[in-house]
Amino acid sequence: MVSIIWAVLIISGIFWAGLSGNVDLVTTTIFSQATRGLTAGLELIAITAVWFGVSRVAEKAGLLTGLARLVTPLLRALFPSIPPGHPSLGSMAMNLTANLLGLADAATPFGLKAMNQLQELNRQPDTTTPAMITFLVMNSACVTLVPATAIALRASAGAAEPSVIILPAALASVIATATVLVADRLLRRRLFGLR
Amino acid sequence: MLVTASAWILPGLIALTLLAAMARGINVYDEFIAGASDGVRLAVRLLPHIIGIYVAIGLFRESGFLAWVTRLSAPLLVPLGLPAEILPLVFIRPFSLAAAMGMVTNILGTYGPDSFVGRLASVMQGNSETTFYVLTVYLGSVGIRRSQYAVPLCLLGDVVGYLASLWMTLLVWGR
Repeated sequence: MVSIIWAVLIISGIFWAGLSGNVDLVTTTIFSQATRGLTAGLELIAITAVWFGVSRVAEKAGLLTGLARLVTPLLRALFPSIPPGHPSLGSMAMNLTANLLGLADAATPFGLKAMNQLQELNRQPDTTTPAMITFLVMNSACVTLVPATAIALRASAGAAEPSVIILPAALASVIATATVLVADRLLRRRLFGLR
Repeated sequence: MLVTASAWILPGLIALTLLAAMARGINVYDEFIAGASDGVRLAVRLLPHIIGIYVAIGLFRESGFLAWVTRLSAPLLVPLGLPAEILPLVFIRPFSLAAAMGMVTNILGTYGPDSFVGRLASVMQGNSETTFYVLTVYLGSVGIRRSQYAVPLCLLGDVVGYLASLWMTLLVWGR
């Protein structure tokens, strides 16, 4: 899919330039844009290094486990089909907390573990359970308190205040998450007759 | 209010992190370096993506094709308030984080991080997820083939997220 979008952008650009008698522009654009991309990418290395360094310290300091403990009671309400104390609740808490802090790399291993533990409760191993769907939609709607990537990109582009987007982004993600959770609950009730 | 509070979250979190880590006797500098090395490795892997996206978006824009698409889609987008420059990002975001990062970098570099499009792109990047990657990897890891309504529901979340981003950007900064 990425291939198609990428190719469409290039091919349409080349034909458009050609049809409007500007085909020379293609070559100059390729070189100038590749150079600009390189510069932008190099600046990104610096800011990614800082953010990854800080988030590693945060992980080691136990910020993740501490927050996850606060999240767990909330999860019990969102996943009524999982027996209390099931290990999947812990993994999901860690995954969602890591997402909340913008630690995408830390989130994935916990997410995979949670899926494995949810699969143990699954009586039809080739089909999603209601709990899995809830977990997947929460993951893709992605409640984020610290959108680290976006802040890093803004900082390396020289924004006056790179982090001003934190609260708008967090509120937007809360709106999206609330919407999918409500939709999920309605669908679950209709299709499975579950709470 | 929103802007001031936003400005404090990251510095506060960094200070808190360092204090908590020191209280636990963690060698903060060594851990920082270990994490920063991972960051450098990741960013180096991103470089080819960013260059590739810059070339594609650059051709799309400089050829005048973007301007044409903007005019063509204006009746559809203007009522929503969505600028056409954001469209390539909207389409690529669910598929590839690296490609989306390239696009955001490009938008910020071209229109400026404090422009309307720049802010909108940052907010969108900040609250959306590589939906198809998550679905493929998570479902694939446990061998599930029938995902029922998971895919449409996740895409609904993306669309609502984009519209909410637009709304929040307009609310905080205006046009």
